Amino acid sequence: MKPAFSVIFLTTLIGAGQGLFLAFYSAEWLVTLNMLPAASSDDSAQAALLAFVLMTAGLVASFFHLGHPERAWRAAAMWRTSWLSREVIALPLAMGTVLLFALLRLFDIDFHLVMLGKVALSLSTLVGFIAVLAIVALFACTAMIYASLKFLRQWHSPLTVLNFFLMGCASGFTLATLLAVAQQGGYFGYFSGMAISLTLAALVSRLASLSRNRNLRSPSTLQSAIGVHHPTIRQIAQGAMGGSFNTRAFMHSYGPSVVLLARRFFLINGFALPLLLLFLSDADSLLLCALALLLQSLGLLTERWYFFIEAEHPQNVYYQMIS
Amino acid sequence: MTQLALVIDLNTCVGCHACVTSCKEWNASGEAGPMVDRNPYGAEPTGTFFNRVQTFEVGEFPNTQTVHFPKSCLHCEDPPCVPVCPTGASYKRPEDGIVLVDYDKCIGCEYCSWACPYGAREIDEQQKVMKKCTLCVDRIYDESLPERDRKPVCVLSCPTSARIFGDIHDPESEASLAINAAGGYQLMPEWGTEPANHYLPRRKVNITVHEEDLQRVDNPLRKEDRGPRAPSTRTTLDDSTSW
Repeated sequence: MKPAFSVIFLTTLIGAGQGLFLAFYSAEWLVTLNMLPAASSDDSAQAALLAFVLMTAGLVASFFHLGHPERAWRAAAMWRTSWLSREVIALPLAMGTVLLFALLRLFDIDFHLVMLGKVALSLSTLVGFIAVLAIVALFACTAMIYASLKFLRQWHSPLTVLNFFLMGCASGFTLATLLAVAQQGGYFGYFSGMAISLTLAALVSRLASLSRNRNLRSPSTLQSAIGVHHPTIRQIAQGAMGGSFNTRAFMHSYGPSVVLLARRFFLINGFALPLLLLFLSDADSLLLCALALLLQSLGLLTERWYFFIEAEHPQNVYYQMIS
Repeated sequence: MTQLALVIDLNTCVGCHACVTSCKEWNASGEAGPMVDRNPYGAEPTGTFFNRVQTFEVGEFPNTQTVHFPKSCLHCEDPPCVPVCPTGASYKRPEDGIVLVDYDKCIGCEYCSWACPYGAREIDEQQKVMKKCTLCVDRIYDESLPERDRKPVCVLSCPTSARIFGDIHDPESEASLAINAAGGYQLMPEWGTEPANHYLPRRKVNITVHEEDLQRVDNPLRKEDRGPRAPSTRTTLDDSTSW
């Protein structure tokens, strides 16, 4: 497939935003359960606001993918059958609840709802919980857009969903680690530990999908595509001399060396180097954490680009030679 | 249930592209139009087409055959492009099985084209919506046309009658009879999309002509002699034995 840059930015930006919110919200619960030292309530609010900004940026990027962005509201209609439609519902829901969480905290209009044992459940905690549900649903919807296409064998795998979830969370926790260093709030240990574990898990999961895809062959051949069962078939005309949508949208023009370079780049910069930098950093190493985040962002953007390059569309068997 | 479809005979298609040009002509000015043409007289002309004829060479030289292969939307009975559409712009008509796109609802996200294994859908770069073969839905029900013209324009324009239009769910239709008689098949059956359009395979057309077919060597009447004649003196029961 040809990489769709708006979609690359959409999925990586919202993934990081989703992971960032999950990081701070889970940290708050660990504080409540006395497993982490308490931090300022404003820390989570700032993080939620940043998560909202990231998801908004992703949403803006996605509009560049559409031929008619002014009709985008229609895309919520077919949620019964379309994962894209479900994403269109889950994304604003996640954005709205994350923003509400941030505003409740920032403007101090939060109040306690009920006592759950010794724990006071506040309105913002409840809103945050709904945001977590929306975020998990959003991860599933975003990944299933690709994983549900059974003709694209490289995407049609549970590993796609796992990869999207783990990479989104890994980048979110790396960003959270940087924020924790900047805020000096006491979450650093938890965030960097989780960022390392999630990056490692994402690397394992991505390597698993790379090895799965290495020997994957489409069941469609030129023989089944035109229904002529002869071992030797050669295309001599594809019906258009100047190319068509079919030759522009489903093929990329990058050579094998560029593809190999991209794979090495994202494996090193998306996973290996951030792991090393996070491992070396402590609660004061702002520069190391910033570098880890920068490298991981570049690496994961490249990973998403490679995700498109990797997928082989079966319609390409009809377009092997112009004339 | 009706399922309208095309049956394309690869044995008779000569690859003249009449279906391609007539499709473009009709649909560029019909309900599905306009259909963009970029750089039409330049070196790299490109644009939106609902139907293309591709050409394949089968076998190794000198034992080769050229197969011309017209390709358009196959109007699958289980179309993978329809459920993925987020707006409902892509739909399959229950009354006749035609898969259509509502251009007023399409947001141009291209997701349906990712979901189609045949590459039957094209985005119109001018209108920014997804387009595809409509089976000339604006023609086949048009009562202002004479009844024999109420067919997709590609079918009408085909000089070798390689394209048959009809209801493949009606076992008596011309399309169904052709599928059954000539072993019509579907493209990429491995995906389970159940394409409604069928293709008729290449058939062997060698005719063995024996000498006897031309010269009836065993014909007893080869020499147009007079037949045996009964003696004129003998009386017969009737005249039949006496030529």
